[in-house]
Amino acid sequence: MSANHDGANLLEVRGLTKIFGTLTACDHVDLNIAKGEIHALLGENGAGKSTLVKMLFGSLEPNSGEIFWNGQAVRIANPGFAKKLGIGMVFQHFSLFEALTAAENIALSLDDGSPISTIAAKARALSYSYGLPLDPESLVGDLSVGERQRIEIIRCLLQTPQLIILDEPTSVLTPQEADKLFETLERLRSEGKSILYISHRLEEVKRICDRATVLRHGKVVGHCNPREQTAASLARMMVGNEVKAVVRAPADGIETAQPLLEIRALSRKPATPFSIPLKNINLTVRAGEVIGIAGVAGNGQGEFFETVSGEVLQQDAASVRIRGKDAGGLGITGRRLMGAAFVPEERLGHGAAPSMKLSENLLLSRHATDGKVFVGASGMVKSEAIYGAAQRIIKAMDVRKSAPDPEAAALSGGNLQKFIVGRELDRRPGVMVVNQPTWGVDAGAAAHIRQALIELARSGSAVLVISQDLDELFEISDSIAVMHNGELSKPLPIAQATFEKIGLLMGGAEPGHAEHILETA
Amino acid sequence: MMRLELVKRPQRSALFSALSPFIAFLLTIIAGAILFALLGVNPLNAFRIYFIEPISQIWQLHELAIKAAPLILIAVGLSVCYRANIWNIGAEGQFILGGIVGSMIPVLFPQFEGPLVLPLMLLLGMVGGAAYAAIPAFLKTRFGTNEILTSLMLVYVAQLFLDWLVRGPWRDPQGHGFPQTVQFNDSAILPELMPESGRANWGFVFALVAAVLIWILMSRMLKGFEVRVLGSSPRAGRFAGFGLNRMVFFAFLLSGALAGLAGISEVSGAIGQLQPVISPGYGFTAIIVAFLGRLNPLGIVAAGLVLALTYLGGEAVQSALGISDKVARVFQGMLLFFVLGCDTLIHYRIRLIGFAAPKLEAAPKLEEAR
Repeated sequence: MSANHDGANLLEVRGLTKIFGTLTACDHVDLNIAKGEIHALLGENGAGKSTLVKMLFGSLEPNSGEIFWNGQAVRIANPGFAKKLGIGMVFQHFSLFEALTAAENIALSLDDGSPISTIAAKARALSYSYGLPLDPESLVGDLSVGERQRIEIIRCLLQTPQLIILDEPTSVLTPQEADKLFETLERLRSEGKSILYISHRLEEVKRICDRATVLRHGKVVGHCNPREQTAASLARMMVGNEVKAVVRAPADGIETAQPLLEIRALSRKPATPFSIPLKNINLTVRAGEVIGIAGVAGNGQGEFFETVSGEVLQQDAASVRIRGKDAGGLGITGRRLMGAAFVPEERLGHGAAPSMKLSENLLLSRHATDGKVFVGASGMVKSEAIYGAAQRIIKAMDVRKSAPDPEAAALSGGNLQKFIVGRELDRRPGVMVVNQPTWGVDAGAAAHIRQALIELARSGSAVLVISQDLDELFEISDSIAVMHNGELSKPLPIAQATFEKIGLLMGGAEPGHAEHILETA
Repeated sequence: MMRLELVKRPQRSALFSALSPFIAFLLTIIAGAILFALLGVNPLNAFRIYFIEPISQIWQLHELAIKAAPLILIAVGLSVCYRANIWNIGAEGQFILGGIVGSMIPVLFPQFEGPLVLPLMLLLGMVGGAAYAAIPAFLKTRFGTNEILTSLMLVYVAQLFLDWLVRGPWRDPQGHGFPQTVQFNDSAILPELMPESGRANWGFVFALVAAVLIWILMSRMLKGFEVRVLGSSPRAGRFAGFGLNRMVFFAFLLSGALAGLAGISEVSGAIGQLQPVISPGYGFTAIIVAFLGRLNPLGIVAAGLVLALTYLGGEAVQSALGISDKVARVFQGMLLFFVLGCDTLIHYRIRLIGFAAPKLEAAPKLEEAR
């Protein structure tokens, strides 16, 4: 081993293997991270990226293999030890206590007994200097996904680690914010720190990463310099075959098509002191079109989704209209019966009940709309019918799983999302509202979901997609509106929309005045 | 150096889900043997007296059924509440109110006789229990009160109300001042199942029927699915369009009605009149039964019989060996403890690990210690 220990490598991993039951999640993985490099870890969902970094961070113990830190063999038994070594981690699924404030959460992981106020001040200073504004006094429970991620990043940076592991960090940032994050990362690199960067956004990886390690089915399939690759060649390494590009057929005559979802002067008072009030939102989605709603996390998208889905009712029944009828006073079941379908942002615990089987989770959103098929007259569930339908969806969406009808929590995030989206598509809904359709979903699965949404629209449905992923919105939308601070801009037809225009609106340029801002900018 | 490690299973294990209570029972027996040995009693002899003798004759099986019936009836209702993550702790009070309201007919209208009397009493008992359970449900949905506290406190209200009734307005005028109501007339008495062999009454049949019906509800019907979704992930339940407030009422009314049915069955079956105390704590013991039965109605039938046996066995060892009948409580406690412990095996498997690898992270700790 001595030959490798020339001091340049901060971290070396040799033959790291982790076995769960019959599944080999990581199979003899080798990985070198040099000092002062940004190293990308690429792979589809279920390729073993999370397992690998969990072993590096001490939350999982490898079955075999070795880890060298600065040339020293180490056994990372727990996250505390990883932190002591100088490994910091920003998780994709956040490990924050919702009932505590941001500063309290940070204090818990620092574990050095400094008073909360000191930590809050440090966190505030650090967050502004890195362009990730954060109010340390706010309760985590009231924060959006994007804001929670900022806490994780700040918390990690406060520990001044030598190696920072970032799991899908830009998925909740505006392009401008992501640029700032990249500046931060480049600054950290120039300070001699190393970064392990997990992402499925290949353009981003090409832009900032020095080297990449690609995993497929738990095995390393290649090391490369991403700058010498194309996005397509990287995707091919990850998936093992060609990723089909999403095809968006032109949507002709949309202007005159029938409006299927109409939002009229929709306002909503904040439900908690930290949630965003919705202000006079107007939007029409016509048959055949996909409208995207862009925006930084926590600008009212969650609140908007709840009001459109009917999880929260409206005073004014006409403020939400589905297929030409007032729906504001109806709950989610009533709106589903009018032909609408909904996919929320959170998969586990909102879109699906974690401890229930997929077939039961099918029933979750379709017990009323498909009542005759799935539920007998006496209220008995027809288990064969829901099992059969679940298998049909699993097949149609290529959901990968370990058992015929596993619990939702046993699936990887991307596969569960394919099932949840497939569950609604299977109904051929007239109106489809999706919040974050492909967050944390791998390239192959995301393309599949996006294509399915476009095809649903082209077959005559109205599709509304709320997303923080601008690439995605540009890929699938016919027009894009931006939500900022509870207000919604006028939708920009895709032909006129640019990353810069949308990015400015996301950053708070006044809704509906995009042209003006651009002229002065 | 060896250590035990819990390894999470990818799926919950159906095998250990079924085995867990039996392993727990075995562990309870082992711990019980140690307990008896420390008390200076031959464990084998003690177990014979505790577990075998109380059910060695037909009439004793009837006694077992009498004790098990209210436990099962209440516990299956509670299992629905607990599956919905709604905490009705006041079944004891609902049991008493069921007994009181059901007794209105024989106490206030002693002349009213005939085949209608008993069904009406049972129905009133259920209404009484359900109405009493509606109070914490209303308080929870309307004012957001904690149902654990309100339902529990209402138990004491019910106990004192019964005490007042049988000492005051409902006291038997010909009862020589004893605090009790009139003896119920024959048509208000729940018949015995097999009078020639023992005292067990129809209450046990009600318990078995209720267990089967609730099992069908929970495992086969949309309503049961609603209960499970709202209990395990309330937000997914809201997404499904299920109302939490409606569920609070459903669970409380159902469990209250079953507790009320148990109450009136006990009063009109085993007792035959109202007294200041009509329950030896069935409503509370049923909570243990519900959990011992894994909140599964069929498991609850078995658990109800086991807990009824621990009562009978406790009495038996007291009279035969002079050991305090508190030993029954100890056995109940150990059973619950071991069951909850063994439930770990459903989600985890135990792996024994021996390792000799150098533990590098241990070194700095040692230095710090010095």
